[in-house]
Amino acid sequence: MSNRTIKTWAWVHKWSSLICTVFMLLLCLTGLPLIFHHEIGHLLGTEVETPKMAPGTPHASLDKVLEVARAQHPDRVVQFASKDEDDDNLWFVTMTPTPDPTEDFRSVAIDARTAEVLAQPRFDEGFMYVMFKLHVDLFAGLPGKLFLGFMGLLLLVAIVSGVVLYAPFMRKLDFGTVRRDRRTRLKWLDLHNLLGVVTLVWLFVVGATGMINTWADLVIKYWQYDQLSALMVPYQGQPTVPVAERGSVQRSMEVAQAQAPHTKLSFIAFPGTAFSSPHHTTFFLKGNEPFTSKLLQPVLVDAKTAEVTAAPQLPWYLTALLVSQPLHFGDYGGMPMQIIWALLDIATIIVLGSGLYLWLKKGKTVPVPDPRSKPETETGEVPARPLSDQPVEQPLGTAS
Amino acid sequence: MKPRHLFWPLWGWPIAMGVLTCIGLVSALFSDGGFGDMLAWLTLGIPTAVCFWFGWVRRIEQRP
Repeated sequence: MSNRTIKTWAWVHKWSSLICTVFMLLLCLTGLPLIFHHEIGHLLGTEVETPKMAPGTPHASLDKVLEVARAQHPDRVVQFASKDEDDDNLWFVTMTPTPDPTEDFRSVAIDARTAEVLAQPRFDEGFMYVMFKLHVDLFAGLPGKLFLGFMGLLLLVAIVSGVVLYAPFMRKLDFGTVRRDRRTRLKWLDLHNLLGVVTLVWLFVVGATGMINTWADLVIKYWQYDQLSALMVPYQGQPTVPVAERGSVQRSMEVAQAQAPHTKLSFIAFPGTAFSSPHHTTFFLKGNEPFTSKLLQPVLVDAKTAEVTAAPQLPWYLTALLVSQPLHFGDYGGMPMQIIWALLDIATIIVLGSGLYLWLKKGKTVPVPDPRSKPETETGEVPARPLSDQPVEQPLGTAS
Repeated sequence: MKPRHLFWPLWGWPIAMGVLTCIGLVSALFSDGGFGDMLAWLTLGIPTAVCFWFGWVRRIEQRP
């Protein structure tokens, strides 16, 4: 690789990483507690537990559960209802002022067997909420998400350019060399290269899937426009079906599940919400297999008649979104996987921090050798070889 | 043009780490607490251990 090519890549690496580094550090730091959000919830006592009852205790009608939830917040509507991930006896009902997307929501946790309110956990306050919001959208809604998505894109550019620069930096060094006995800056350069190249694929996958996640809102909107709108033609011009005119949600759930056997409920989106239509209660069912449990099958049930209208296949872009999510969260392979995720996250923090350090210390380093001069061997930091393809000494600071 | 023999000494281990990571990421997707999970722990654990070993523990001898 010629010096000029290296300089170009170094410029790309420098600016792509410099711009995104602060945000990436924020994402890595806030992501760390999010990897363990279930465990932290248990420790803080914010996870809702159902009381022990005889196994197989029959469940109350879902209509009763919803009635109880509505009684808690008569001024609100039910937007979503879902079963707890780990406990089939627990319903979570999300109540909002209107069916539109909003940050203003209340959650009511109801025992599926007795239809009694167990708790009203607040998911919109506290330490984990702040971590979550900083990680997802910087408290700035969709623009915040898209901004972080763009930072994710810059991270991917930084990773690719970092790979290109790895070769000229490491050509004369054994894999894993960290020159601790030399200047501090050289040690951090070696650590940056080592941790960067080892965590490369992981960080690329987590960065790319994170970026895809930031498009979720838009992807869902596109799905409504692309596929749901065709199904809605017969209902055009009608307002959202009022609660009083709706059929039984329990019966709707049964017909939806009969439509897609070997599935279980993921969540229910009520009429007029972002995941449904004004005329349907949409049941999102998930498969029973490890892989299919990450995918969703929507079943649209007419809110008035409780009859299935359609069960459209999830389009490829929503499938891609759903498959990419566990790859970002790292919560799909048990506790050891979460611990590995956290360690790789810490390694990334070191890569980002060392990159920043290398850039800040750029003024105190030996200048980039002139390609026409003799090799500079006495400093020990550039390998003794023809300088025509000698690397620039640092990935971030030299090509300005 | 680089001599061919430089490729593997330079890229062999990074590629191995990348392949292990890919196996780990995918195998856990298709498993639920079984062999796939353990394979993921192993294949993702190795790059993590490599970071720790070379970055933290190992001391190279100073060359004269």
